[in-house]
Amino acid sequence: MRLNLLSEFEPILLANIHREHSHTLRVYEEQGGYRSLKRVLADQPREAFRDLIKGSALRGRGGAGFPCGLKWTFLPENHPGPVYFCLNADESEPGTFNNRILMEEDPHQVLEGLILSCYATKASTAYIYLRYEYPLAYKRLQSAIDELYAAGYLGDAVCGSEFSLNIYLHRGAAAYICGEETGLIESLEGRRAWPRIKPPFPAVEGAFRKPTVVNNVETAACVKQIADRGVDWFRSLGTPPDPNNPRDPGSFGPKLYCLSGHVEKPGCYEAPLGITVSELINDFGGGVWKGRKAKAAVPGGISMGLLTADELDCKLDFSGPGKYGCLGLGTAAVVVLDETVSIVDFLHNTCRFFAHESCGQCTPCREGTSWSLKMLDRIRAGQGRLLDLDLLLEIGDFIGIMPGTTICGLADGAAWPIKNAIRKFRDEFEQYIKRTNPTGYMETSPPLALELHSIH
Amino acid sequence: MTNQPAKTETPAGQRVLSEAIVAEIKAYFPRYPTRQAVTLPALHVVNAHLRHVPLQAVVEIAELLELAPAQIQDTLSFYGFFKQDAPHGETRAWVCRSVSCALRGGEEILEYMCQKAGIEPGQTTDDGRLTLEFGECLGACEFAPCMLAGDTLHKNLTEESAGKFLQSPTG
Repeated sequence: MRLNLLSEFEPILLANIHREHSHTLRVYEEQGGYRSLKRVLADQPREAFRDLIKGSALRGRGGAGFPCGLKWTFLPENHPGPVYFCLNADESEPGTFNNRILMEEDPHQVLEGLILSCYATKASTAYIYLRYEYPLAYKRLQSAIDELYAAGYLGDAVCGSEFSLNIYLHRGAAAYICGEETGLIESLEGRRAWPRIKPPFPAVEGAFRKPTVVNNVETAACVKQIADRGVDWFRSLGTPPDPNNPRDPGSFGPKLYCLSGHVEKPGCYEAPLGITVSELINDFGGGVWKGRKAKAAVPGGISMGLLTADELDCKLDFSGPGKYGCLGLGTAAVVVLDETVSIVDFLHNTCRFFAHESCGQCTPCREGTSWSLKMLDRIRAGQGRLLDLDLLLEIGDFIGIMPGTTICGLADGAAWPIKNAIRKFRDEFEQYIKRTNPTGYMETSPPLALELHSIH
Repeated sequence: MTNQPAKTETPAGQRVLSEAIVAEIKAYFPRYPTRQAVTLPALHVVNAHLRHVPLQAVVEIAELLELAPAQIQDTLSFYGFFKQDAPHGETRAWVCRSVSCALRGGEEILEYMCQKAGIEPGQTTDDGRLTLEFGECLGACEFAPCMLAGDTLHKNLTEESAGKFLQSPTG
């Protein structure tokens, strides 16, 4: 029987976070921590463990949902090495904080998953690329790593085996683009975080031109849980593959959902993949705040677009949000907008974010994000024209990997809120423009420039 | 800002990186297969000590990492993080303006704090105690609106708690 009823579900990834001193090795080991690591190192060849993860159909939790075990098999066989492992802890997608909670409250769960992942991929060096804004996670991870070296879980001969591993923390410097896996690698190497054209994919040529795996923090935690509980447990949770879509590997396992914005109880909640936005808001978040109604919700970080109040039965698995015109599940970070929110203000906020965070490498993204912000600035200054909405949609449809004009997906993420907000709330935009610019909303001549918008 | 940091403004002999700073940077060398990868760690070390990374420091980091100063400067300037012209305040605080915080009044808090402190985002108070910045998503959305001051996360900011912080900023 599938464990899909929410009432039957006990948190797994968050099981330990409320324990006192949950971040210490002592408490982690008391809960059975590192037993799986010792068992796997003693009994299971790397290939067998890699195949176990592949068989679980674990999909990456960082945003793209790429099957984790499959990514590992892209590493070249019999490469002389070294192979590098990068743990992507540059969590920066607005609305997202699940990795922060794992690293602060249960760093050893993440590290056990990371060590197991390195074992499976023959990586002998791992870098945890941690965003600068997480000072507590930095302290907790560093002291956890120190504990591991002292206890023989890291360094030469991990747990007395032939496997050696060093883990280093590497701090970012407040740039969203470093969460893109090749931007992360460039930043790690000491250069500006300009994403690379793929192929070659990092598995073939990544950090320091060597085979490299980049995985998300929550993905590593899932690897540890699969090692503990097995594939059957993992596949008993979530949404099975769509029989009508041969390319859908399904959405299995537990997921950490971040809930913020206009709800009574914002927080990070664990549930099987596939709960609906409404369930998250009402069963976990105590409903929309102040007794108000929801007007819209972001399904998985602002890059994923926007759902209307009528679309909140959307399932939060890897194929759910796409059925409502959104980009995907992303980081599964739901942000709720109540009925008082102006969608114009919301879109201005997302456009400002992406204009600030575009790395500037690809012209369509650099110019598209900053022009969309300038247009939203002008609309909010009472100088909007109806024509602007078509221009914004033109930008939205033109920038990104999907239309093929940029190297990385940042521009797709910038485009989706534009496309969803204007297509789903066009009336509101038109009324706003007519109300605030009653004499000029039909203008089509070039508008006068506003004062230059400083994005830094 | 110049792109030619090779022209040192500090007279020869007046190096800005102390022996302790240099040792701290060198401790990162064994972690990476290239020296260039030590760029960000080195910038963070210098910034932690000097609260900015002046051009002379860029030159000295480049010497340590066996790179051209322009390579360090190129990386440094990509991140809006490292100030070069003057040190930031004793406390540097980022007030989040991204969506989850904005929905709960984050932008108004930032404006209130700037007005109270008499500075714009990115500026430092005259007494040098505080630099206020806007932040993009600090990843603490369950505590919106929030602020990171130094290493301290301030949760569920109100005008009252923000005003209190301004009276004695620490972090």
